[in-house]
Amino acid sequence: MAVWEALVELADDHLVLGHRVSEWCGHAPMLEEDLAMPNMALDVIGTARTLYTRAGELEGKGRDEDAIAYLRNEREYRNCLLVERPNEDFAHTMLRQLYFAAFMKAFWDAALSSADDVVRGVAGKAGKEMAYHIRHAGEWVIRLGDGTEQSARRMRDAVEALSIYVDELFDSSDAAQAAEAAGVLPKRSEMRAAFDKVIGDVFSEALLELPAVPYGQRGGRSGQHGEGLGHMLAEMQSLHRAHPGAAW
Amino acid sequence: MYSQGLIGADGRTTESEEFLARFQARIDAEEKIEPTDAMPEGYRRTLVRQIGQHAHSEIVGMLPEGNWITRAPSLRRKAALLAKVQDEGGHGLYLYCAAETLGVSREEMTEELLTGKAKYSSIFNYPTLSWADIGIIGWLVDGAAIMNQIPLCRCSYGPYARAMIRVCKEESFHQRQGYELCMSLAFGTPEQKAMVQDALNRWWWPSIMMFGPHDADSQHSDQSMAWKIKRFSNDELRQKFIDATVPQAEYLGLTLPDPDLKWNEEKGGYDHGPIDWSEFWRVVKGQGPMARDRIKARKKAWDEGAWVREAALAHAEKRRARKMAAE
Amino acid sequence: MVQTTPLWEVFIRPRNGLSHKHVGSIHAADEVLALQAARDVYTRRGEGNSIWVVRSADIHASDPDQAAENFEPTADKIYRHPTFYDIPEEVGHM
Repeated sequence: MAVWEALVELADDHLVLGHRVSEWCGHAPMLEEDLAMPNMALDVIGTARTLYTRAGELEGKGRDEDAIAYLRNEREYRNCLLVERPNEDFAHTMLRQLYFAAFMKAFWDAALSSADDVVRGVAGKAGKEMAYHIRHAGEWVIRLGDGTEQSARRMRDAVEALSIYVDELFDSSDAAQAAEAAGVLPKRSEMRAAFDKVIGDVFSEALLELPAVPYGQRGGRSGQHGEGLGHMLAEMQSLHRAHPGAAW
Repeated sequence: MYSQGLIGADGRTTESEEFLARFQARIDAEEKIEPTDAMPEGYRRTLVRQIGQHAHSEIVGMLPEGNWITRAPSLRRKAALLAKVQDEGGHGLYLYCAAETLGVSREEMTEELLTGKAKYSSIFNYPTLSWADIGIIGWLVDGAAIMNQIPLCRCSYGPYARAMIRVCKEESFHQRQGYELCMSLAFGTPEQKAMVQDALNRWWWPSIMMFGPHDADSQHSDQSMAWKIKRFSNDELRQKFIDATVPQAEYLGLTLPDPDLKWNEEKGGYDHGPIDWSEFWRVVKGQGPMARDRIKARKKAWDEGAWVREAALAHAEKRRARKMAAE
Repeated sequence: MVQTTPLWEVFIRPRNGLSHKHVGSIHAADEVLALQAARDVYTRRGEGNSIWVVRSADIHASDPDQAAENFEPTADKIYRHPTFYDIPEEVGHM
């Protein structure tokens, strides 16, 4: 497995999450969130673009960001399962963002010493973005967890539904291990303490219990996804694929 | 992204002649009116209605373009479109806030939109059927909006004028991204070119209609002009728009779907064919192809977001109570 | 009766050395959300490096009916302005 494949995994995480968040645009609970969510989506889509481009360069077969993003099917996508989970409601969406950002903030901080210039550049930019996502999503998790009876119930449901996807964040695939060995990416398992601290702090203010996770759901890194991802990609790629070779 | 002659303005007002004359003198001297200033009730009512329609248009306008965010054919286009639709939401937000300075709440205005009491720009009641529609909307609809909005930056009501300055600064990116998108299609494969010509055929007349009825048929327009809430007539703006657009279409090698469109040397502008006003009024009255779907989508977002807004308020209340108890 | 989310006025400092300037308003339930909303709405194009939010209800404004008594008495106090005083040219710039 090669380093560029690890960058594709990472880029897939960001693109798929960005796509999910962008589905809210125009449908948010309040106008202020109609502006906040695209900001978050644009952050992660921007990161995905840089990583795809870098992966294409390292692969050396002339693929650009769009060739990698638009011309692979769901079995070839390597994102973790957490990011593809459907939006469901605002509670799910904010918790998914918090989980992802809490992991990625630690990850990008560690990647500041990457052996790859592009990865170092991304780390500097994305680390700050993730710090804001932690705050934005975290403040909402706190308000929903300690808001009304209904919001607290929805927040607990979100914790119940999404927590089984957390463990996978800390796994390193063969490609990720190659990138770790090359000093390009940090070791994913080392992010646990920082992640637990962020989540613990938010949950205690949100009056949420840290769930006992009976089993961690895994498979994204080997292309074993939920059924939703195929639909997402069908939608995302339909136009691009209908006009092979066209420029946009 | 809005431009439409105000529909159903009601400038009737009951103040004394003397008060109205004094107010008019301030307007004529290009003085801005600020929220706490005395103003005729008709002026206030017209502004609430116009700013409200404008804000609603921005918000509803997020939907037709939002329809293509998840299908944008390249990541660069996806990011640009997302940022653009986000801007429309921002414009709606600035405008609601401007209207709120006149003593009407965002909740009340939202209620009026969702119950069909308030109007919004008829253009958004058409569907976006292909990716080219996104380019055409940027080029034509935002182009028309800019024509209308630049003069509004000098509107007599301070908060509206200030909101419009902010809107216009952001808006110029919209038209450029739209035109650039149209270029990518017009100079692309034959299928892409056909796609953009088809979109132009569908959007041209609705875009022309966006400027509202002919001046001769436009009620209450005179009062709005006198109060400098509106600064150019519908026909003047429409003419300006057509004159600017024809050469842009020629550059793209696209045909505007109006066989009567021709240069008139005498007036120094283009003549255009007759506009189907029955269609315009049908769409304004809520019979446009997407009218029900648009309001349904807004209502769904608002209703399904209620528990989130309530939770935030409940949490704020708890915080306040805890802080009080601690002091 | 629908509960209304409070309105906040947003002030942004474009860069250090300048003062915060009013840029618009937003709705938010509390000051933390208000600051986040102000950031997400009003600083998307690098407009500033510091944000203030103030609840609109906490702003006290002067009464426009008192504008004449407030602001007109100052008009004839021209001796407050430097140009009121004639200084010979040979003294130099002062």
